[in-house]
Amino acid sequence: MTPARTLSTAARVLRQLTHDPRSVALVLIAPALLVGLFSWLFSDQPGVFDRLGGPILALFPFILMFLITSVTTLRERRSGTLERLMTTPLGKADFIVGYALAFGLAATLQATITVGFAVIVCGLSTTGPVWQLGLVAVLDALLGTALGLLASAFARTEFQAVQFMPVLVFPQILLGGLFMPRDQMPDVLHAISDWLPLSYAIDAVTAVTKGDEDWALWGPLIVIAAVSAIALALAAATLRRRTP
Amino acid sequence: MMNKAATETSTDAAPDAVRATGLTVRRGRRTVLDGIDLRVPRGRVTGLLGPSGCGKSTLMRAVVGVQANASGELRVLDLPAGAAPLRRRVAYATQAASVYDDLTVRQNLRYFARVLGAPRGDAERVIDLVGLSQQAGQRVDALSGGQRNRVSLAAALLGEPELIVLDEPTVGLDPVLRAELWELFHRLAGEGATLLVSSHVMDEALRCDRLLLMRAGRIIADTTPSEMLRTTGAGDPEAAFLAIIAAQEGGPALPEPGRAAVPRHARHGDPASDGTAVGTGGEER
Repeated sequence: MTPARTLSTAARVLRQLTHDPRSVALVLIAPALLVGLFSWLFSDQPGVFDRLGGPILALFPFILMFLITSVTTLRERRSGTLERLMTTPLGKADFIVGYALAFGLAATLQATITVGFAVIVCGLSTTGPVWQLGLVAVLDALLGTALGLLASAFARTEFQAVQFMPVLVFPQILLGGLFMPRDQMPDVLHAISDWLPLSYAIDAVTAVTKGDEDWALWGPLIVIAAVSAIALALAAATLRRRTP
Repeated sequence: MMNKAATETSTDAAPDAVRATGLTVRRGRRTVLDGIDLRVPRGRVTGLLGPSGCGKSTLMRAVVGVQANASGELRVLDLPAGAAPLRRRVAYATQAASVYDDLTVRQNLRYFARVLGAPRGDAERVIDLVGLSQQAGQRVDALSGGQRNRVSLAAALLGEPELIVLDEPTVGLDPVLRAELWELFHRLAGEGATLLVSSHVMDEALRCDRLLLMRAGRIIADTTPSEMLRTTGAGDPEAAFLAIIAAQEGGPALPEPGRAAVPRHARHGDPASDGTAVGTGGEER
């Protein structure tokens, strides 16, 4: 892995992204609009948006980045450009980290816009500082990126990649604590939810909205960062120079 | 005529760019390459010709080191195929243009140049080489199929590689452009590069220095254009190819076969040439 090759790969991915204004709009604005819709939906029920708005902020960037990343890297596998890159000195980690950097930057912009919209326009109130909410949203989007990169290794077509959503993402949403606090779940499901990274994303958001400090916030964030790093390492390890 | 053939084969003494012994590739239960022996001499344009689906692409993928399940010995520039130092010295353009549709020609080539560690300005050099200076600022998805292929070809020329492997680079090009590209290939070979170029258009055989004829996962002849025409007595490469296949299968060749073809396996006394030499090859990927 060399910094020059990693960075030029990241720059190339970003350049491709900017050549596609529709995707840029989707990445930057769609989650904010969804949060707006959500807040409007509960505008007559005080307190609901304050309770659920935070977890929603954790979800939308995660889902969107998962989808975009897995489909984009799959396109690279199928177009033959990955095969060409695998005949060059580009390292597997250069490729994966290059993608992670590019989409990580996009995710950071997205999280900033989404959290800003939720707080300023929709009036989401948190007990903890707003920047912590932004940090959680960025890390969640990065987690989505890392899992998307990993998932694309196991898909042969874009169609299959999209189908990872119901398999990998929906159970995490159901068991993550958004619909029911995790400690009220049946024991087995609670135990399973302890192993799902999105649970920690929602734990972290809940900590910020409640104003919890220290371990209640940083513990889940460390878990998310570690899972992201492991997913990226696995994505690089499962990339093959030789294919059948 | 004999003298010409002799000079054409005399360079065989020079070290080969590619040397395969018993190269076999299986995909699932199918044997795509069936114990191939071959040599690609340095500094020459070697054509890999054969019908679509005979294993040309698989062979090229094996040479550049991206083909899994390859067994047998395959040495490229005196290293095992796919060895890390070769990633700078061997270039490859796949059959489909493997470039980014949503980037411009120049952005594509600058990126590949950086990945290869090629000098600055190399992108402009290869854009000129393939005659795309007018289109350098255009996005690849706005180009014609032939232009797109030339972008992919240009990427394979970055960094002045020693071995350039091109899978069907002239497909879909008009005759003038095709002639220009063959001229370019020979110029590169003149500068010392080795080219391995595949085609399913038999007429392109005449443009190569050396020929490897392939069918159903096997090399059925290792020859030169003039030697091929002479030994088969055929008037054109297509007929020569048919004559070689006929000779391999032991049946009567063309209606007026002239002289018998000298297939490679027969020359080497390979038992596989005694009548059932058609391999179990499968479709190309």
